[in-house]
Amino acid sequence: MSDVSLQAQASGVQAATQERRRSRRWRTDLIGIGFVLPFLIVYALFLIWPVILGLRMSFFNWTISSIGSSDFLGLANYQELFGDPAFWHALGVTLLFTIISTPLLVIIALALALLVNRAIPAGGLFRTVFFAPFVLPVSVVALIWNWLYQPGFGLVNGILTELGLKEVGWLSDPSIALLSVVIMTVWWTVGFNFLLYLAGLQQIPVELNEAASLDGAGAWARIRRVTIPLLRRTTSLVIILQVIASLQVFQQAYVLFNGTDGPNFSTRSVVQYIYESGFTTYRVGFASAMSYVLFIVILIVSLGQFVLFTRQRGEA
Amino acid sequence: MSIQSIAQPVRARAREQASTALMRRRTANGAALVVLVVLAIIWIVPILWAIDTSLKPEGETTAVPVSWLASHFTLDAYISTFATTNLPRWFFNSFLTSAIISVVTVILASLAAFAFSRVSFRGKNILFWIILAGIMIPGQILIVPLFTQMQAFGLVDTYWGIILPQLASPIAVFIFKQYFDGIPHELEEAAVMDGASLFRVYWQIWMPLARPAIAAVAIFAFVISWNNFLWPFIVISGNNMMTVPVGLSTVQTSFGIRYAQIMATAVLGGIPVLIVFLFFQRQIVQGIAATGLKG
Repeated sequence: MSDVSLQAQASGVQAATQERRRSRRWRTDLIGIGFVLPFLIVYALFLIWPVILGLRMSFFNWTISSIGSSDFLGLANYQELFGDPAFWHALGVTLLFTIISTPLLVIIALALALLVNRAIPAGGLFRTVFFAPFVLPVSVVALIWNWLYQPGFGLVNGILTELGLKEVGWLSDPSIALLSVVIMTVWWTVGFNFLLYLAGLQQIPVELNEAASLDGAGAWARIRRVTIPLLRRTTSLVIILQVIASLQVFQQAYVLFNGTDGPNFSTRSVVQYIYESGFTTYRVGFASAMSYVLFIVILIVSLGQFVLFTRQRGEA
Repeated sequence: MSIQSIAQPVRARAREQASTALMRRRTANGAALVVLVVLAIIWIVPILWAIDTSLKPEGETTAVPVSWLASHFTLDAYISTFATTNLPRWFFNSFLTSAIISVVTVILASLAAFAFSRVSFRGKNILFWIILAGIMIPGQILIVPLFTQMQAFGLVDTYWGIILPQLASPIAVFIFKQYFDGIPHELEEAAVMDGASLFRVYWQIWMPLARPAIAAVAIFAFVISWNNFLWPFIVISGNNMMTVPVGLSTVQTSFGIRYAQIMATAVLGGIPVLIVFLFFQRQIVQGIAATGLKG
């Protein structure tokens, strides 16, 4: 074979490979999209579309069964919402619940994790006990606590009177009812944060604590100066997730108070008001506007926390 | 003086220090254990009290002063629970919908994650971020438009109405992608040389290797949908179509003050998930830990 023919062949091969490469490129794109497509369809239909539909609905006088879906209101739903004392009350309940429950759910989780993480016999058993309530359905939890909170023959009040203390109107006193929801929620969900902390603790090298101990640091000083700073990542995550969850409080309070708003509306949260507006008075457009306001609140709060925590981390 | 004679007292002192440190650690551990036992009792009492109440004769549950004992213990409350509620049907509904959600979530999420991890197609990064952004959408705010959508599809009060909105889980995609990224490329090269299609690579090589991720996602999807209250509560109206959490939320009003029976229902509603949890505790705990450490 001569040099010339070899060259010609080579350029022919080159063109062919280029061609093949381009068609392979297209094939890879198609295959990639093909793998993602099933998820994407479900995702678009049941996560993205409702977000868009909800925004649209919030501008209309939309009621159940799409009646009024052509009755454009502009921002009237939002205006009505901001002038509605019931909405501000529900927002207050939600924020109060978040402010009380978040520190408890973070600090108790951390304390439990620090205790269980010590080399203690039956550590696995304790882990099981503290986490187990988390896997119970909300209705089971609320039924049990409704029973525990009963006046007179309820276990909690029974123990209080046994100790010579006064009974508490866990389910009837408007100034206590939200606290009852908080206590029940701590019992139910603290196990999740506890597990996150436990995992974080197990990432800390034992040598660090031993070194601090050799330097004469006591247990408390080690926790404060070594462990807690090293857990900062976990703490940020726990707080962000907890605040997002607490701002959506609804179901446990709803079942605990038998589908009511608690004494004197003291446990009606934003999500509960959304539910009532959408599904008992059928003001779907109004409920959508409220959903969007809550969405924005959650988004701002979580982004704010995110920025705060990353900046802190940057400084440290 | 020899070096040894200097070293002796130093070593002795070190040993002494170590032993006091050990003793101090022992007392600290002892104190921690006592605190833990007290807390564990507080944590477990509500469940024990529910079981205790469920075994009492109905007339004795509201006795004052409160007592753990009763004249006799009986299964009457359980028998009348089965006689008067739809509990077996609710179990069936919960099991069916949760199982479908669990299986489909694993399939959809792993397929997508495989492409994100192994196929270099155009637009893949943007798509991945769009999907991850879905984690930011709080589920509770979607109930109103989702219900309107289900009405349009004619799926209100049906199994598909319960199932469809619970299938797309961005976190599941994330978990699978993390796992797939850790699998070395070399494992598939031989198969690719033999001309295996990407789907076969996914199905016959990747998925068997991803068993721990599959277990974590499947168990989580199952438990989360089994426990989901709000969505089934909204989309279901007929008693026959209710899931366990939704059905349970109705017994308080329908039983009135029959506390033994209410607690029997609660215990029955809680036991299946507790059993699943005890069986798969390791996977659940590791799954939560993994998300936490990576998040």
